Amino acid sequence: MALEALDQPTSSAAGGCASSGCGSSSDKLAHLPEHIRAKVHNHPCFSEDAHHHYARMHVAVAPACNIQCHYCNRKYDCSNESRPGVVSEVLTPEQAVAKTLAVAAEIPQMTVLGIAGPGDPLANPERTLATFRALTEKAPDIKLCVSTNGLALPELVDEICQHNIDHVTITINCVDPEIGAKIYPWIFWNNRRIKGVKAAQILIEQQQKGLQMLCDRGVLVKVNSVLIPGVNDEHLKEVSRVVKAKGAFLHNVMPLIAEPEHGTFYGLMGQRGPSNDELQALQEACAGDMAMMRHCRQCRADAVGMLGEDRGAEFTLEKIAAMDIDYAAAMQRRAEVHAAIEANRTAQQQQRNETFVPITSLKRSSKPKPAPLAAPPARIAVASSGGGVINVHFGHAREFLIYEAAGVGDRVDVRFLAARKVDLYCAGGDTCGDAEDALAKTIRTLAGCTAVLCSKIGIEPWDRLEAAGLVPNGEHAMEPIEDAVAAVYHELLAAGRLGVEDAADAPVALSA
Amino acid sequence: MAYRIIETCVNCWACEPLCPSNAIQAATPHFVIDARACTECDGAFADAQCASICPVEGAILDGAGVAVNPPGSLTGIPPERMAQAIAEIRAR
Repeated sequence: MALEALDQPTSSAAGGCASSGCGSSSDKLAHLPEHIRAKVHNHPCFSEDAHHHYARMHVAVAPACNIQCHYCNRKYDCSNESRPGVVSEVLTPEQAVAKTLAVAAEIPQMTVLGIAGPGDPLANPERTLATFRALTEKAPDIKLCVSTNGLALPELVDEICQHNIDHVTITINCVDPEIGAKIYPWIFWNNRRIKGVKAAQILIEQQQKGLQMLCDRGVLVKVNSVLIPGVNDEHLKEVSRVVKAKGAFLHNVMPLIAEPEHGTFYGLMGQRGPSNDELQALQEACAGDMAMMRHCRQCRADAVGMLGEDRGAEFTLEKIAAMDIDYAAAMQRRAEVHAAIEANRTAQQQQRNETFVPITSLKRSSKPKPAPLAAPPARIAVASSGGGVINVHFGHAREFLIYEAAGVGDRVDVRFLAARKVDLYCAGGDTCGDAEDALAKTIRTLAGCTAVLCSKIGIEPWDRLEAAGLVPNGEHAMEPIEDAVAAVYHELLAAGRLGVEDAADAPVALSA
Repeated sequence: MAYRIIETCVNCWACEPLCPSNAIQAATPHFVIDARACTECDGAFADAQCASICPVEGAILDGAGVAVNPPGSLTGIPPERMAQAIAEIRAR
């Protein structure tokens, strides 16, 4: 396979403006010290930009857990759902190593191996550490990550540091035991099952102690929090302050996933998850305190591939056994692919830094027209499968990346807000009878957006999107996302679609 | 007297390393307790270890065949709510 096909070099001549080049930066990690940025530069979960280019995988070697969370059902075996804690098969450390090496050979964009469950990795220390030990030796170019509830963290911090693991995620939903008692029904601690406020108090103490110990040792810590409306929503602002003060470098506020069919306490008791707006509002409120992560896909404990995809089915134990892999050649190929990706990222970055020429000035008459001082923001949805470019057909998009563009004079600030999953409405087969319903669902997913950017789109969905008040646009296929979003924002502004200019006065028609 | 693991076990491994008598083994279709080796943790711990970490209600029975963790005791989900939800989901 040609390297270009993996991470398409871009040569867009669009005169758009991305935030990195003008306006405030969208690189939420820009304020971090150089040594931290170097560590997260190619980590798809820790760097929003990296997630367009690099892949990760989780190996499910850790089935045991030492606590119960109200959003988790320990009957975790399911192949059709995508959410944390769900896996298809639990692996032994040996199987996990074989799978990791196979995936790293087949998906050379892979940079990161994480252990995240389906239980708690640190409640399975032997299985987890055996996996890390073997991979440190056999795939030294792969970064190792672990995600934990934190209960067993203090006692294992030193071992974590010995095993070359420099990224740890702790799920911290509260720093107040009274709130914790509404989230955690029990913990297993010092050979006893402990319930209620006391259990939450012990868990919180261990989480905070473990966080401090990791930060003291220079390990990068991301904190995950599950936003549970009415339980810890307001409280998460306090959590954000506390964990930042301890030294966590990134806070990932994730929406509660709760449906009755999941069999969880929250799902069965009618606890709802947050709306997109509630999630974004809380992320904004916490963002003042520390870097926020918005591109998280809340993936399965055995996910494989780019963040928006799951290629786990290609790497079952049976299929791995049939693969013939040259590990040395695979590592060499990864190095080449990563170099090509970096060259492409550098090129995209340089393009953004070029002097900004407003697209409107290229297309409009020379008669100067004062731009509004601060044009209203618009949300623009993008279909992308990676590479940082618009490259997915509308009907094939499994998710949309939601960007917000806002203009200040001729400058446009583009920032990433969220990834929203959709049900595929076009399977290309005989399932088209349900297409109407699924398309309506997709349109609901895009609520609040003004335009949708994709590589191509069919006539029927085009009409339906327009009828729903959305502007479809397939004009920017293979262009860098931020440039295209900025360009479309200018078009929308000029066409009066953002409510500041008279449409009749706008010479730029929205091209089909 | 000995504890017993039944078919609702999810094979999560949590109990296996905790047993002071090494009475628990991975098996198919689910983990098993060797009744000859199990002491119910008598003399070793205040609470039976396997039943204290097991996340699945009803998966471990005591010597009298009674669930050590009865429905609702671990998840907090009232059994009648669980039954109602299962009925609703099956009726779809």
